[in-house]
Amino acid sequence: MTLQLTDDQQALLAGASGPAVQLAMRLVTRMAAVTSAVSLLPITRAHVDGCLYHGQVSLDFARTLAEGGGVVRVPTTLNVGIIDLLHPELFRGPREVAAAGRDMMRHYRAMGCRQTWTCAPYQLVDRPDPGEQVAWAESNAIVFCNSVLGARTERYGDFMDIAAALTGWVPATGLHTDEGRRARVVVSVEGIPLAVQERDVFFATLGHFVGTNVAGMIPAIVGVPTATEDQLKALGAAAASAGAVAMFHVVGVTPEAPTLDAALGGRAPERTVRFGARDMAEGMAALSSTRSQRLGAVSVGTPHFSLTEFERLHALFAGRPVSEAIAFYVSTGREVLQAVADRGWEAELRRLGVKIVTDTCTYLTPILAPQPGAVMTNSAKWAWYAPGNLGYEVVFGTLEECVESAVRGDVWRDDALRALIEA
Amino acid sequence: MMQARDVLVAGEARGPVVALSEPLSFWGGVHEREGTVIDVHHPQHGVSIAGRVLVMPSGRGSSSSSSVLAEVIRAGVGPAAIVLATADPILVIGALVAEALYGTVVPIVVLSPDDYARCASARELEVLPSGRVNLAQ
Repeated sequence: MTLQLTDDQQALLAGASGPAVQLAMRLVTRMAAVTSAVSLLPITRAHVDGCLYHGQVSLDFARTLAEGGGVVRVPTTLNVGIIDLLHPELFRGPREVAAAGRDMMRHYRAMGCRQTWTCAPYQLVDRPDPGEQVAWAESNAIVFCNSVLGARTERYGDFMDIAAALTGWVPATGLHTDEGRRARVVVSVEGIPLAVQERDVFFATLGHFVGTNVAGMIPAIVGVPTATEDQLKALGAAAASAGAVAMFHVVGVTPEAPTLDAALGGRAPERTVRFGARDMAEGMAALSSTRSQRLGAVSVGTPHFSLTEFERLHALFAGRPVSEAIAFYVSTGREVLQAVADRGWEAELRRLGVKIVTDTCTYLTPILAPQPGAVMTNSAKWAWYAPGNLGYEVVFGTLEECVESAVRGDVWRDDALRALIEA
Repeated sequence: MMQARDVLVAGEARGPVVALSEPLSFWGGVHEREGTVIDVHHPQHGVSIAGRVLVMPSGRGSSSSSSVLAEVIRAGVGPAAIVLATADPILVIGALVAEALYGTVVPIVVLSPDDYARCASARELEVLPSGRVNLAQ
């Protein structure tokens, strides 16, 4: 069977809605052919990652679509851009890159996209319902959308995301279908005390392990009785960055996995992988690129910090200032920041020396000093990308360790947590 | 002579082979102005893909790889062609956008496991619009 298009879809492909939609429809139909889809299905929302500047092509593409009359057909949110529009002075890169990035952001606005500028669109008040068919880009957003919200998206990337938004159509395949959402492997968490499972690093290292060991597949995770959205965010982001995982189930926790059998679609798993205390300890060690005690900066909020994470950060600082030797960065979305400001936490955190970055992220764009010394983070995704992208040495730890280290001015380790893991 | 199982992007190209033993993410993995592999975790870290026929099992990782592939093609440091063992829509979209914006065609084909292995050990390859792949003499 080859791809069947309706008359309306054919008309878009023939240019009836202008050159921008025609180009977008060419991308959608070619992707459908590559993925062996036989039809297209309508989406109700889109989340666009293509608004991040990756070079001249990003700008050329956005301009071509905007000047070609492209307007989104469904409500469309924007992922991060290359600069913090609210705090542009934080950008340390070349001026022409900032200008190009700003220009590109203007084109996406002209096409009718909402100015959300966040990699965590699932933290917005208005977010997809379970079962909704959407087209989301950005690997952490994709995995959260499928796994935690129970809304359905394939792994859309740059160009395809806005193409879906401009046409309203995507290939009817993969994660949009019941069969495409079934778990094929089981990841069994064994011998890790619940007191350890409550910590952010448990979910980050489990996610990293999942990405490394079941890359590209959908796992059903058993042995994790409870998890918050923040914890599932950490799990998904790590699994997506280390191994292109676009969906996971946590049995008894995520919406499509009331039971293991339901997650597996009634079939036997192809294999079962165990995640134990040793895997966790090894994973935590592997995510640090240095054992240095000296620290120059701390970066949290990859993916963007949520309101509940800010609440916790505020409590952990407990009024103590960041050491003068340390630059402490938090990346978040502007909608969340507004809620943080409304509670009075933004002003207090800034007074303590915390630098808050919106609209972008510290692992994508030069915000930290060129030679910041080792950087501490509780994000497995940041730890995975920053050494290659930005050339930083990374110390991976819990949020508590990040805050204590920032207050003291050098790396502080939670020995009690390590004793619990190794017990 | 080999025939592609799938022609993802049709076109003609010829060049020396750079064969990768593991999938590569263009985003975070390829230098946008130089066309070299910069992923420190990748076994072929440091090699150039510019003007080469890139033979690799599949794409990997970030959904931003479409942009980086299109950008290296625009900058003239992209691969001449891409030969895969598994279809990858993210690379196809990047190549299609580069073609639409700049008129540069980078063919992408998927080969059977046997043919893929032959390509991976070849020195030079030619890819034809029909999906025919020849070991260059």
